[in-house]
Amino acid sequence: MLTGMDSFQATIDADGRIEPRDAMPEGYRKTLIRQIAQHAHSEIIGMQPEGNWISRAPSLRRKAILMAKVQDEAGHGLYLYAAAETLGVDRADLLDLLHSGKQKYSSIFNYPTLTWADIGAIGWLVDGAAIVNQVPLCRCSYGPYARAMVRVCKEESFHQRQGFEILHTLCNGTEGQKAMAQDALDRWWWPSLMMFGPPDSASTHSEQSMAWGIKRHSNDELRQRFVDMTVPQAGVLGIRVPDDGLSYDEESGHYRFTEPDYTELYDVVKGNGPCNEQRLAHRVKAHEDGAWVREAAAAYAAKKAVRAA
Amino acid sequence: MSIEPLWEVFVRSRRGLSHTHVGSLHAPDATMALRNARDVYTRRQEGVSIWVVRAADITASSPDEKDEFFDPAGDKVYRHPTFYQVPEGVQHL
Repeated sequence: MLTGMDSFQATIDADGRIEPRDAMPEGYRKTLIRQIAQHAHSEIIGMQPEGNWISRAPSLRRKAILMAKVQDEAGHGLYLYAAAETLGVDRADLLDLLHSGKQKYSSIFNYPTLTWADIGAIGWLVDGAAIVNQVPLCRCSYGPYARAMVRVCKEESFHQRQGFEILHTLCNGTEGQKAMAQDALDRWWWPSLMMFGPPDSASTHSEQSMAWGIKRHSNDELRQRFVDMTVPQAGVLGIRVPDDGLSYDEESGHYRFTEPDYTELYDVVKGNGPCNEQRLAHRVKAHEDGAWVREAAAAYAAKKAVRAA
Repeated sequence: MSIEPLWEVFVRSRRGLSHTHVGSLHAPDATMALRNARDVYTRRQEGVSIWVVRAADITASSPDEKDEFFDPAGDKVYRHPTFYQVPEGVQHL
């Protein structure tokens, strides 16, 4: 009979799933906590750039859709914090690590949403890229993370469609509206490509994560998949992907494209993006402003428990 | 540390099916846990009934002892219908 680490390796080798109380290497646990926490933080910080437009959505229909989407992001964050907690960490501690800057969130959310078209671009490109990243995570070797991803992916597909629909409407509107859609694509294209992380040659965590079945495809593979998926969609919209090096390679069936400037990615991750300070300050303020609600709920629960005793 | 205890959430997706574990959440008491579970896990009408159970109240078997624990059923192949030979031609058995 296999116990402890032998059992872990045998499960990984057989493409099985590791569950919370199984023995696992400390590195596996730490990698997952880091990744799931970062993923959870990204979901809740990601509410901000879109929340920015709820009060200014152009119609009641768009407003209801955007609110549902932002609510989903909160839900996705909660699924993920719950998955992380199965590894023996506490959600409140993870939030402290986010608030003190010790844990990161996706750098894409450090860019501003300047126009309504940006809400379309986020749904189409940012959620599109997130789906490409997340679909393989549904087969992640860690059970609770994989199951959370199944739920997230199901919900995510409406996010991408509503974004595309926003841009499609703008692209079939006035010249000014189409120009607004083009401007959004121009600004979001490169940061979206950066969402897949550094190139394989410079990715620090990739190899071990692949061996552990946490990651199923390399950053560059996923980036290519995203480009192949997205470029024809831009064609349907009738707007131009801002890459002079973009061309279709008949032989491989893939698009060749220019790599984003990764120095920008590293710079934004370090905290120097256009909105890093604003995003974190807003998150900390929301957390602190909500403290009385948590305390009141706890006091009420304690009072009721005493009366019931 | 979180001040609210952790609750495990089980959802019955429709009548006739059993409740299935969907995840967990923090809430100060059972009533709030139910409401939060509705908001977090059934935003698209995924359920007709929800159970919440304090995570601390669940006793679970340990993965380390899974062999000894489940072994006793391992050598009782005669519990399965396929163990028995049915003479050719016999029907409805």
